[in-house]
Amino acid sequence: MIGHHDSVVVRVIGSLFVPFVLVFGIYVIAHGHYGPGGGFAGGVILTVGVALLRITVGEEESYRRFPLLVGPVAMLVGMFAFVALGLLPLVTGGAFLDYAAVPGTDLEPSRLRYLGILVAEVAIGLAVFGALLWIFDSLVGRRL
Amino acid sequence: MSTAVAAGLLVVGTAFLTVSAIGSIRLPDFFTRAHAVAKSETLGLFLVVLGLAVHHGLAAATPRLLFIAFFALIANATAMHAVARAAMRSGHRPLSETPP
Repeated sequence: MIGHHDSVVVRVIGSLFVPFVLVFGIYVIAHGHYGPGGGFAGGVILTVGVALLRITVGEEESYRRFPLLVGPVAMLVGMFAFVALGLLPLVTGGAFLDYAAVPGTDLEPSRLRYLGILVAEVAIGLAVFGALLWIFDSLVGRRL
Repeated sequence: MSTAVAAGLLVVGTAFLTVSAIGSIRLPDFFTRAHAVAKSETLGLFLVVLGLAVHHGLAAATPRLLFIAFFALIANATAMHAVARAAMRSGHRPLSETPP
């Protein structure tokens, strides 16, 4: 059970910062396949944004914007997307996570690997975001 | 010219950061240390990032550096406000108010 922060400065600045933190998290995830960053770091930054909302503006408002179900759903979607992407190349005889063997496209293998890593980073980012948000909500005593 | 300006900003910013680091070790109680960290560190970081932005000129990195400077300017002050408020509420008192 957490109430809103009692200082109006922290409340206003916190709720103003959250969209920027979330956009920065998405930016880090989208950069993961050709620069510094990636799914793990980006997922943590997304969770930090939502956790900042939880501890500054209080329970009612933050659970209205990001319901309790967001954590488990994002984690499960991310994990299943990652496993499905890993198993997909097995259909045509490739190895696990061998994106060049993904069936159903006529793209060249290097391009396919590039896109495969991007999709994997997004899936990892969703899974990390969901798992950490679920851990945070459990720690503050909220259960599904 | 822009290199000289950038170097000057970097040197002044680093000096502020050094003073802030010394202050956070040497000052006597929590609130004076918070003062040292919140003020001179924010200014030092702002000057260092501004120096880097001047050094890069009109490059792709410059808007990102200015964003960092802008958000650090707001977030540092707000975080220190929250920490100092929490310290006051949990019973810390400034050294000048406590009897010797």
